[in-house]
Amino acid sequence: MLILTCPNCGVVADETDLHGGGEAHITRFGADASEGDFESYLFHKKNPRGVHFERWRHVYGCGKWFHAARDTVTLEVFGTYSAQTLTPPKALQNKIKKKRPDWEGFKK
Amino acid sequence: MSDAVSVLGGAAFSGAIEVADAGLCGMVTLRGDLSDPKLAAAVKSAVGLTMPAARGIKEGTKGAVAWMSPDELLLMVPHETADACVARLDKALAGSHFLAVNVSDARAVFTLTGAGCREVLAKGAPVDLSAAGLPIGEIRRTRLGQIAVAFWAGSETEMRVICFRSVGAHVYSWLCNAAQKGTLPGFL
Ligand SMILES: [Zn+2]
Repeated sequence: MLILTCPNCGVVADETDLHGGGEAHITRFGADASEGDFESYLFHKKNPRGVHFERWRHVYGCGKWFHAARDTVTLEVFGTYSAQTLTPPKALQNKIKKKRPDWEGFKK
Repeated sequence: MSDAVSVLGGAAFSGAIEVADAGLCGMVTLRGDLSDPKLAAAVKSAVGLTMPAARGIKEGTKGAVAWMSPDELLLMVPHETADACVARLDKALAGSHFLAVNVSDARAVFTLTGAGCREVLAKGAPVDLSAAGLPIGEIRRTRLGQIAVAFWAGSETEMRVICFRSVGAHVYSWLCNAAQKGTLPGFL
């Protein structure tokens, strides 16, 4: 069971109070993009073993979106942060690097 | 003028706790910039209360105000004054980016009375319902079974549950079932 703290309302929310929104920080290619870019935006999602960044919505609670960083193997949650950012906060990246020295680092 | 009725016309059940349709309750959703002093003044004039903190609910003699999300409040007033409350907010906030809507008849409200209310809700909500987890003065939006609800404790023996009216009958029977005599786990 995953428990994430919603940074918008502060509730420590059970996974069943939330709705998963898939991989975070993806580039949204529009109608004028190349077929390859549009295909990769739609279908080619990261599915790492380890550190992962995701979008979540506090759907049964405050209704707002946020980001979460977690380990897909251990389910350890490194942190949650605002939806209004294009990259994970530096402090959070440093924290993850400390806990997972082998982590390749955040890549867009 | 139509004759307003609450979802179950005041139905009541007595088991391990009392479950009752709370009757007609006036509810106004107010969306806007919660840090705007103009909005705080409008709330004060509507229900006589200052702004609640995040997740907070304040109850007074004129009504109540609950923090629902970073840009949303729920004002609770007598049912017959909800339209007037919206008109008052519209006037006070004219020119700001905001939304005030009378949602009274889109919702159902139930009261739970008795020492076991927290345990009844804990059967269906993924929430720490201990007095420390959901203290008096805090409102929680979550689910009960599969249904979106909000609830708060006014005291250790009285709680209120709000849900959409379309699922009001289901929530009422869910609550009555969860409140059957002899079924409370006695954990909280
Ligand atoms: Zn939230």
